Amino acid sequence: MQMANVNRLTPYMFLAPAVVILVIALLYPIGYMIYASFLDWNPSQRIGEAEFVGLRNYINLLGDESFRESLSVTLKFAGIVVFLEMLVGVGLALLLDRNIRGMSALRTLFILPMMIAPIVVGLMWRYMYHPTVGIFNRTLKSLGFEPVPWLSDGSWAFTSVIIADVWQWTPFIFILSLAALQSLPQSALEASRIDGATGWQQIWHIKLPLMMPVLIVTCLLRLIDAFKVLEVVLVLTNGGPGLSTEILSLRISRTASEFRELGEAAAMSNYLLIVLLLLTLAMFFYNKVSEMRTARLRAAAEGDD
Amino acid sequence: MADKVYDKQNPAFYALIVALVVMSVGPIVLMLMTSLKLNVDIMSDTASLFFMPTLRNYETALCDMLWYAPQHVEYCDPTFGRALMNSLTIAIISTALTLVIGCMAAYAIVRFRFMGRDTVSLTTLVMRMVPPAVLLVPVFGIWTFQFQIDGTKMGIILVYVAMNLPFVIWILQSFIIQVPIQLEEAARMDGAGPFQVFFLVVLPIIKPGLAAASIFTFRIAWNEFLLANALADRNSRTVPVTIVNSLTEYDIDWGVIMATGMLLAVPPIIFTFVASRQIITGMTAGAVKG
Repeated sequence: MQMANVNRLTPYMFLAPAVVILVIALLYPIGYMIYASFLDWNPSQRIGEAEFVGLRNYINLLGDESFRESLSVTLKFAGIVVFLEMLVGVGLALLLDRNIRGMSALRTLFILPMMIAPIVVGLMWRYMYHPTVGIFNRTLKSLGFEPVPWLSDGSWAFTSVIIADVWQWTPFIFILSLAALQSLPQSALEASRIDGATGWQQIWHIKLPLMMPVLIVTCLLRLIDAFKVLEVVLVLTNGGPGLSTEILSLRISRTASEFRELGEAAAMSNYLLIVLLLLTLAMFFYNKVSEMRTARLRAAAEGDD
Repeated sequence: MADKVYDKQNPAFYALIVALVVMSVGPIVLMLMTSLKLNVDIMSDTASLFFMPTLRNYETALCDMLWYAPQHVEYCDPTFGRALMNSLTIAIISTALTLVIGCMAAYAIVRFRFMGRDTVSLTTLVMRMVPPAVLLVPVFGIWTFQFQIDGTKMGIILVYVAMNLPFVIWILQSFIIQVPIQLEEAARMDGAGPFQVFFLVVLPIIKPGLAAASIFTFRIAWNEFLLANALADRNSRTVPVTIVNSLTEYDIDWGVIMATGMLLAVPPIIFTFVASRQIITGMTAGAVKG
């Protein structure tokens, strides 16, 4: 009898530590943040002393010129970065999807940029963009061109940040789409080749459509991560010059630590969370729908046999 | 087969591959080279490929951890050595905790069918979406005023464990599902209790999953900056925090800072070379199955 009790309790005992930690250190803080976004709160106060101001933080933010600016910088940054990375990553995957020796060594080298700390990535790009000792300006100078103000001019700084991010994350897309390519059904490719399809036709009409589910998920994942970028930009430009590279997560952390407006930072976090939540749900439901569709197709195919 | 042979003969293709490798590894090599240079060499206008490599920058950074006193260091700043130890402690403890707790939870979810797999993957996704910047305000507030564990390593470890748990649970459950249940039933027949079954039967089988999960967790704990910056005090600072603190607008000591950056980059680089297959598996599993 006692044994049966132990058995019934086991799953809860296995699950308990994880639940406790997640509740204390993840769910509680998030709930706390939602509450804090309705407060006028600075870091020296306890939360109980902060004044309740309702939706004021949210409304203030909507009217705040620099918040709108950094929101648009974030959207532009995420959009451009993901577009470029998808283009280059998928393109490279299509090009390199061949049976060559050393492919796994190549993949190992390609994932290096993703594994090292974003702080370090920022550091080495800041060095390379350095106006006098950086490799880019040195090369330009030795070729007889004018040096470029990589980080000190607004639009150049934005471009520089994008280049660094593309360098770091294109391999992610490349590796995922390569995996997708290599799991395509060989029979479809074989059939098209027999029908006389050229390489381009194969890519357009067979490979890309078949890869589409993975590509969409990859794109959404990358988009979510692009909204979370912070450290690279922090090290490279710290949001400047002006507000030209001040992405939202950087602004949140500055609002909290420099301007000491915790309530406003929380409200900003909530705006960011809403955007991300929409993206995440889109991805989840896309997955569900495509799973159901494949199941239906498979059922139909089996019915035909 | 014919076109594959053709591909091997195309020199443009190899040129492309070489260019790609140079592009992806080049910045890292450049950082390594800079960290081995004297500041005179870094600032000089002449060609930068030829220089006398020196370990001075590393000696400066690690001065209080060396068994000898480097001659060129007049004042030994112990900040970095301490930060390195903090980073190691925090990353290792939080990885170990996350793995143990995550493993148990994943096992319970798979074997005892609590919630559907959908719930687990949706939670994982939602948690993956939360940016550290969003946790910044509440974690700072709660840790400081309610738990009063700000500035301790324990506090930082707690956030990291919580941040990594959803992903670890999710990736481990996809490995545990593949463990044949008959194996466990056989063990139970032989009189093993649930804990014995878990530790002696299940864990050894899912080692590859554990490897992937631990690398991902370690990497995040080792590289994270924002929360560590908000929570750490002088004695519990991690390496990323010290690096950012030593970046000033002007007059950056590039040699030393590149050496510290290199030291921060070394563990992830080693993991990549040792376990690239597990890393790629973990990454693709994350995207393909959502």
